[in-house]
Amino acid sequence: MDETYYRPSDLSRFGEIGEEAPDLAKKFFDWYGAVFEEGALTTREKSLIALAVSHAIQCPYCIDAYTSESLKNGADPEQMTEAVHVAAAIRGGASLVHGVQMRNHAARLGM
Amino acid sequence: MSRVLPTLKKRATLLASAPAQRAALAGVPLERSFEEALEDAGLFPLKPTGIDILQLNVGRKCNQTCRHCHVDAGPDRTEMMSDDVVDRCLDIIESTPIGTVDITGGAPELHKRWGEIVIRSKAAGKHVMDRCNLTIMLLPNYHYLSDFFAEHGVEVVASLPHYRSRQTDSQRGEGVFEESIEALKRLNEVGYGVEGSDLVLNLVTNPVGTFLPGNQAALERDWKRQLKRLYGIEFNHLYTITNLPISRFLDFLETEGRTHEYLEQLATAFNPAAAAGVMCRNTLSVAWDGKLYDCDFNQMLELPVSPRAPRTIFEFDQRRLEERQIALGPHCFGCTAGGGSSCGGAIA
Repeated sequence: MDETYYRPSDLSRFGEIGEEAPDLAKKFFDWYGAVFEEGALTTREKSLIALAVSHAIQCPYCIDAYTSESLKNGADPEQMTEAVHVAAAIRGGASLVHGVQMRNHAARLGM
Repeated sequence: MSRVLPTLKKRATLLASAPAQRAALAGVPLERSFEEALEDAGLFPLKPTGIDILQLNVGRKCNQTCRHCHVDAGPDRTEMMSDDVVDRCLDIIESTPIGTVDITGGAPELHKRWGEIVIRSKAAGKHVMDRCNLTIMLLPNYHYLSDFFAEHGVEVVASLPHYRSRQTDSQRGEGVFEESIEALKRLNEVGYGVEGSDLVLNLVTNPVGTFLPGNQAALERDWKRQLKRLYGIEFNHLYTITNLPISRFLDFLETEGRTHEYLEQLATAFNPAAAAGVMCRNTLSVAWDGKLYDCDFNQMLELPVSPRAPRTIFEFDQRRLEERQIALGPHCFGCTAGGGSSCGGAIA
């Protein structure tokens, strides 16, 4: 099947989102650019955070983009893998901690 | 760990030949040629601004066989600068106002007259840079190098792709990282790169892969923190250098079927500000056999200086060379992508 929901070539077309709402797009892209500038965090650290979030939200565009950015900004595969584990741990932990809600509800229903 | 292979020459692969490399690059369809990109930036024809740096590639022999090497250097290479060529280079160094002598290779320190080139260049009042692979300093008979560098005030430009072992060893060979760290400690011990010293230690990082280098200033700050924290190592500046699609890096791209993608990435990132400051505008590159090139990359592609200019060191004429038109090709997009790239790192 040729058709897929995600096409890698669409990433480079991101700017087209501004065609219908240029003012909003400009605000978004300006803010986006400013977010990733070096500040209290280095560009490498910001790239690693973005990479981890990309996995948490399971965005294939973002995973490709921030794998490249992480390498470009001086991260190595070991650091990148640790970042993905952080995302996975938070996702896993978020599911597991809801087990307390399950236990609370089960306790209410039980005898 | 990725496997580090012997030189292309030793493997007798097609891309060991410069014409084959030029043909591979010329066969890549790009939206506009490098010449057209320069034309659009108002920089064509590209002319030198002068000759401030004489870069001597004294030979292709090296104790390492790095995967991205544009020289295809390695232990099996035998091409070394002859006495005639060294003598003529020294004549020029001693008789012209060219201010900087940049010594490269291979591992330049393996050349039998490397020390003499340093001493005579310094005596002539020149700034001397040595492009050092670091591991050479740990070989028997080369332990003297750190003291020698310091005694003669040589600027050491040392290759280290990353401040952690995996990336470094993947590009430069297993065990290279550990030896490089040891060599950097020796350089710090004799005063290189440390606060209050005028002995300059600059590091060079090439991406370990097909991506462009990040922001040089930001990477330098991060590297300084990390190398200090992890190993107590200090240095002056970090130079980011883009991998040029030549020799072993081109072989890697061709093997992976990614030459087009990589060249397109470089061409798309063309930066007119970087183009205005490319190193070929103030550098003259001398090959081991005395032939003259606009840069070390053109040297490896055997793309000589303009036929209107003197083409060997024996016919050196500074005025005529400064009027030459610089030879170009698709590989030149490597020096003008993003922040740009040169032997002194980012340009723009």
